[in-house]
Amino acid sequence: MKQKSVAVVGAAETTQLGVIPGMSQIQLHADAALNAMKDCGLKPSDIDGVATAGEVPQALAQYLGITPTWADGTAVGGCSFMLHVRHAAAAINEELCKTVLITHGESGKSRVAPTPRPPYPDSLAGQFEAPYGVFGPPTMFTIPVMRYMKTYGITEEQIAMVSVVQREWAAKNPRATFKDPITVADVLKSRMIAYPFRILMCCLVTDGGGALILTSAERAKDFPTKPVYILGTGESVEGPMISQMEDFTSSKAFRVSGKKAFDEAGIKHSDVDHLMIYDAFAHLPLYGLEDLGFVKRGEAAAFIGERHTAIGGKLPCNTNGGGLSYMHSGMYGMYALQESVRQMRGIAPAQVKDAKISVCHGVGGMFAASGTIIFSNEKG
Amino acid sequence: MAEGKRPLPKPTPETQHYWEGAKAGELRLQTCNDCSKTYFPPRPFCPKCGSRSVKVVKASGKAKLFSYVIHARPAPGFDPPYAIAVVELAEGPRMMTNIVGCPQTPEALKLDMDLEVTFEAQNDAISLPFFKPAGK
Repeated sequence: MKQKSVAVVGAAETTQLGVIPGMSQIQLHADAALNAMKDCGLKPSDIDGVATAGEVPQALAQYLGITPTWADGTAVGGCSFMLHVRHAAAAINEELCKTVLITHGESGKSRVAPTPRPPYPDSLAGQFEAPYGVFGPPTMFTIPVMRYMKTYGITEEQIAMVSVVQREWAAKNPRATFKDPITVADVLKSRMIAYPFRILMCCLVTDGGGALILTSAERAKDFPTKPVYILGTGESVEGPMISQMEDFTSSKAFRVSGKKAFDEAGIKHSDVDHLMIYDAFAHLPLYGLEDLGFVKRGEAAAFIGERHTAIGGKLPCNTNGGGLSYMHSGMYGMYALQESVRQMRGIAPAQVKDAKISVCHGVGGMFAASGTIIFSNEKG
Repeated sequence: MAEGKRPLPKPTPETQHYWEGAKAGELRLQTCNDCSKTYFPPRPFCPKCGSRSVKVVKASGKAKLFSYVIHARPAPGFDPPYAIAVVELAEGPRMMTNIVGCPQTPEALKLDMDLEVTFEAQNDAISLPFFKPAGK
């Protein structure tokens, strides 16, 4: 896509994050959408493009009173919103619509009117994975890690360090669910979920939502908010069965999506001031750092251990505390995007000083899909 | 004792031969007649070259432990802790399975250990392939 031709002009999360038993899934979408519209001074009648996952776009349009000329229901899991940003940018450039609303809302904890996700026993995953006792993401997303650890000589302590560093970031964020400091020893004595994963290596389960509003860079000048430009985008999918992941030590979808985004943006890794890597589990920043090309294969754990992604490090990563400590409603990609936008606007609780380029990398399913958005706050 | 029931597969026309094989004590894969690729899970064409000319082949049943987790929490039909494993078959493809005939511990479950297939009937129609340490 054309660099900086489209900008985020509205961005907001739900009024509350955490446990919200008084709100259904669709209302979480609406709460975030209304906050994002207020952020940039728009009404539902000003929106002519909608994209969402979890809910379908027609449900969102009717509930909010929007009549779109463009709709996108791409639902590839937690990075769906990165794909929506990418598709919306293309749609705006192609003049299919002018102002796009992208929403996420999920009653992950309270389970008020969620979209059912039944296991289908005649699907391939239902036939060839479900009979072996996989039971939710902690038993699937984690399966490749023993191979990764053996290949690169990575220890449980090194994986635990990911959680420790992100908790340090969360401590600076008033909206983070968990803010108390933790040590590697704390992580390694926390409750076992699925060896080698303990609960402090797994994301939270909370309620919440978020919304983004995008328009052309040309129109963005007329909004009250500081425009956050789309510099580069990437996406890919691999497949829904973790057992069939091509390489257990590296995500093909990450590599394809990341390279596409960096090529589009025309930047070097050393140009990146701020990074978000969707962390449903503590190994994801390791795969992300390597597959995006910030470090060589097998070097990410040492990179994090040397505090390069921590407060004061050269590559601040997951500065909201991440899915491990900030919040995680199920499809966390929206919150990673929100933090990138805050950093580019200069209003993040743990603001990276003078940050000009932010890379936001998402995963969907269990390494099933990926989307990467590179933001810039400079028009020139 | 495990509560609930282990989820069981519902075969489709494309996977019927696999489940019939499992019931007969055979692990069945498919091989492309054009490019010789052996693949899993079942489908009536080659995922490498797209050819519809494929044949069903009987696998050796030999495999190595490729990766796993040991689930510590209850799941329908399982007594925790139990390992959910991916094995690499001698023929190349990988598949998910459970490891039987050995303790469900990191000490007993060593990556790259030699395994062999064994089948357990779940009902009249469905037998599931599991893997056990080779030679046991």
